[in-house]
Amino acid sequence: MKNIRLLKDRIISKAFLALTLLSISTVILIALGLFYKSVPILNSTSLYNLLFSSEWKPFKEAFGFYPFIVGTLWVTAIAIIIALPLSLLTAIYLSEYAHIRVRKLVLPLIELLSGIPPVLYGVWGVLVIVPLIQERIAPHFVEFTTGYSVLAGGIVLAIMIFPLIISIVIEVFDNVPQDLRNASLSLGATQWQTVKKVLLRKSTDGIVAAVVLAISRAFGETIAVLMVCGNLAQVPQNLFDSAYPLPALIANNYGEMMSIPMYDSALMFAALLLFVIIFVFNALSRIILYRIEKRNN
Amino acid sequence: MRKIEENIFKILMILSTIIISSTLFMIVYTLFARGIGSLSWDMVSKIPEGGFYIGKGGGILNAIVGSIYITIGSTLLGLLISLPIVIYINVYAKRNATLASITRLSYDILFGIPSIVYGAFGFAIMVYMGLKTSLLAGIITVTLMIIPILVRAIDEVVRVVPEDMSNAVFSLGGTRYESAKIILRQSIPGIVTAILLSFGRAIGDAACVLFTAGFTDSIPTSLDQPAATLPLSIFFQLSSPIQEVQNRAYAAAVILTIIVLIINIVAKIASKNLSKNKI
Repeated sequence: MKNIRLLKDRIISKAFLALTLLSISTVILIALGLFYKSVPILNSTSLYNLLFSSEWKPFKEAFGFYPFIVGTLWVTAIAIIIALPLSLLTAIYLSEYAHIRVRKLVLPLIELLSGIPPVLYGVWGVLVIVPLIQERIAPHFVEFTTGYSVLAGGIVLAIMIFPLIISIVIEVFDNVPQDLRNASLSLGATQWQTVKKVLLRKSTDGIVAAVVLAISRAFGETIAVLMVCGNLAQVPQNLFDSAYPLPALIANNYGEMMSIPMYDSALMFAALLLFVIIFVFNALSRIILYRIEKRNN
Repeated sequence: MRKIEENIFKILMILSTIIISSTLFMIVYTLFARGIGSLSWDMVSKIPEGGFYIGKGGGILNAIVGSIYITIGSTLLGLLISLPIVIYINVYAKRNATLASITRLSYDILFGIPSIVYGAFGFAIMVYMGLKTSLLAGIITVTLMIIPILVRAIDEVVRVVPEDMSNAVFSLGGTRYESAKIILRQSIPGIVTAILLSFGRAIGDAACVLFTAGFTDSIPTSLDQPAATLPLSIFFQLSSPIQEVQNRAYAAAVILTIIVLIINIVAKIASKNLSKNKI
């Protein structure tokens, strides 16, 4: 009887190990799968041309991803520029100034924000942000815009990444030893000076990691951006121009275009590009965050 | 001088906190204000009738049921895969051993991979395996996407179960598998939270099922039939030029908001109860 139990334990151990190894290798499988599908396009067009040519004429087999890459960068940059100061100030407030009761009230609200599906952010963007830009903001700067613009995408994305930045930064702040704050305060520094000179300096790498994670989230967001960005394959010249970010390109064309082999491969290459960039960003920031956590345990 | 700077920043901080915490209300308010008028019992109880997409009668029951099928199917499948993984890294691999760290790191990375990439990968698998756009293909893709959520969330609660618990099992002559069962029982509230979280994510994600689940006006009766989902139904109806159809997209958005908010709030309450029972 005892042997059967031990045997069962050993079999389960091996089976679970196999499952764990298999599941870790999904990362590699995804990379290989996407690479395999993008081989045709990589063979027919040079990587340089794919990345830096603006000519997008799928039916002439010209696949220049430059407008899409620039569009993605614009939207992501705007999102970070809006989200970072707001989230950082909120994180400092909740972690250093606010009463514990305020923190317990506000944090769950912010976390609920991260549970809202992207498509609803998109609907909200179409209802509120796009008209706001078209009627209120843009007329001060440009002659005409539909409102479907990189700015709209950036604002919607900024709201989507608030919870991510705030929760990571607060965690990083919590990892800064209380003694450091006390030492600074006891030397006569004000609370804000302590935040500026001690807390922020001590958390720089954690904040960087949070921002990099947020960038990669913003980079890959599909539906919400697709709904408010206008989707014109052009290089945007200003905040109010339409753009066509990479994820939106994949989503809009994939289903129909798979009958054209080169087009299919080009879109898979777009997915591979997203995957590689986001993989690198994620891996870097996670490793930094692990180090911080380890250093304090 | 020091005081002035401090006060300026304090005001800025409070302002940002108010802005960020009120966005949730702004979004929910806008969606409700715009959509509640078009919400009707027909919307949730009928499938689309002929001419639905040019403004004729019917509802989006097909999308609601399709979403529920995909969500439940992928969560069950996801649990089958992620529970053994969490058990392995916490019970079998020694705590914090290299393999466990690598597993956690790779799940943190997988968690950040955008759903459109899962969608494209799922589509590649689907073509490779010779599947058509179907409920099954959708479930497989969504499962891939939610496994990282499940593993991370369940790992979080299993990790805090005191080591004494499994030591007690071992000292009574129990095997690691038997101690795993005890640890899991101890983590049930956390597992429930994890399930709800992945539910919320799975029901709301559109990009990942865009090419795999297909879209249909009828309710799927078997795994090889295409299935509509709620986010895609909103997305498609909103892109229609007809006002009547757009209105229904807003109403569908209200339905999705209600579902997601309920799931998230229940998850919050469940996790609060968990910390109450912590030993």
